[in-house]
Amino acid sequence: MGRRVTLTVVKPGMLTTVQDLGRRGYQSLGVPVSGPMDAYSHRLANGVLGNDPMAAALEITLLGPELLADGDLVCAVAGAEIEVSVGDVRVGANVPFAVPSGSRIRCGGRRRGARMTLAVRGGFDLPATLGSRATHLVSHMGPFGGRALRAGDVLPVGAPLPASPPSRPSPLALPEGGARVRVLPAVHRERFTDAAWAALTGTRYTVTPQSNRMGYRLEGAPLAHTGSAEILSEAMPVGVIQVPPSGQPILLLAECATTGGYATIANVITADLPIAGQLAPGDWIEFAACTREDAWSALRLREGALAGRAS
Amino acid sequence: MNARVLPAGDSAWLVELPERIDPDVNARAVEIARAVERSALPFTDVVVGYRSVMVYLDPIAGGAAAAAATLASIADEPSAATETTGDVVDVPVCYDDPYGPDLADVAAFGGCSIDDAIARHLSREYRVFVVGFVPGFAYMASVDPSIAAPRRSTPRVKVPAGSVAVAAGQTGIYPAATPGGWNLIGRCPVRPYDPDRAAPFLFRAGDRVRFHRISAADYRASSEWGDA
Repeated sequence: MGRRVTLTVVKPGMLTTVQDLGRRGYQSLGVPVSGPMDAYSHRLANGVLGNDPMAAALEITLLGPELLADGDLVCAVAGAEIEVSVGDVRVGANVPFAVPSGSRIRCGGRRRGARMTLAVRGGFDLPATLGSRATHLVSHMGPFGGRALRAGDVLPVGAPLPASPPSRPSPLALPEGGARVRVLPAVHRERFTDAAWAALTGTRYTVTPQSNRMGYRLEGAPLAHTGSAEILSEAMPVGVIQVPPSGQPILLLAECATTGGYATIANVITADLPIAGQLAPGDWIEFAACTREDAWSALRLREGALAGRAS
Repeated sequence: MNARVLPAGDSAWLVELPERIDPDVNARAVEIARAVERSALPFTDVVVGYRSVMVYLDPIAGGAAAAAATLASIADEPSAATETTGDVVDVPVCYDDPYGPDLADVAAFGGCSIDDAIARHLSREYRVFVVGFVPGFAYMASVDPSIAAPRRSTPRVKVPAGSVAVAAGQTGIYPAATPGGWNLIGRCPVRPYDPDRAAPFLFRAGDRVRFHRISAADYRASSEWGDA
């Protein structure tokens, strides 16, 4: 038995949480999926380390943490461009880098994107709740009582999997002040006027400061319902755009509740959720209508890029 | 019962039933959900709403396109004569001070005494129509219309875990300390979601729930919330 390898949180950063790909199979009992806002970069960082894609990693928001290694580690970062150094040496994204025992991982300025995944070879070996190590802040579910990391938290590192052929995935194209994402009409599309659909798919919205992992409150042209905004509570998929009586849309994201009570106008396609997850307050977002066939082919393209296949 | 199958994005389908709060409609939704769970569909989650069933498929594994026809045939099958009735769950509630801070408001809404409001809440068996919002939260209905006070105009930032509440004909128990806008009329010592219990979740859609009154002393003696 070797000595336990760990990473200790010296400074937590703005909002750093443990995430895997989320908690599936319990939504019928009210348990949200949660998981990373940018699942593509989470899988990429795990992939270049030879980890299982589900392995637990850190989701770092805007301002990164400082972490101290106890034992030699290999890490990778992906997603938002945030400066990362080990000791005094800058390290690059999307490739493995060594973190010798006793050295510190420090995060600096952010250039683009909002959330960076920091994965470690072997993944973080933390207790799973209902089969997942994803943190859900609102329901306090996940490692560390489902809260964001604090100074002093110790993250044990798991045993690496047998070496696998290295992947050469393409990183996510990060937003430059905003992003255009593709949408499909949602199940309640007919509860909105055609003018509302035209406004959603033809004008620009802004991500307001009242935005978090649960969802982005957007500001822009109001979307008019043909009748009441309220529906009988039903399941809400991640990526759906819900419209309360104010007409200002809310894009529900990784941490959204399993059910909701407002009519939904559109669903962001699965392939474009990672880019949506990289937006920060103040960024713009545009919604382009597409077909389900477009959505499925975009997803195949994205999977190819992640596997390192030419598109 | 008319059903239609609608695409909900690129990797989920919604089976929609007539739009009303109706035990028969919800029972049909539960029946369809069970049939989907028994089918060979590659679903990840099946979620019952008041009058709907959402079926999530793994977007990466694919198969979303093929699922629609299977779902349509499940939804078109005639309902079985014997309704799939859920469990009967018996839930203790303490209505004494300080556990029901909004009881006076609910009684005022009903034009009755606090004791009458409590008796009316206890008088019915409720159906769990939907489980959602947070882990283990059951939307139960229908509350006696005379105590069906609307949601509070200003929601509380933090509702104590275990609070038993009513709003607009529904009743429920908060499984965690969360924000909430319902009227708090009592406190339940049993956790609706307890990860350490053999059966972590107290409620599923389709269950029937009866409340019975306990004293503050019994509440404190049996509370699983660490507040005794």
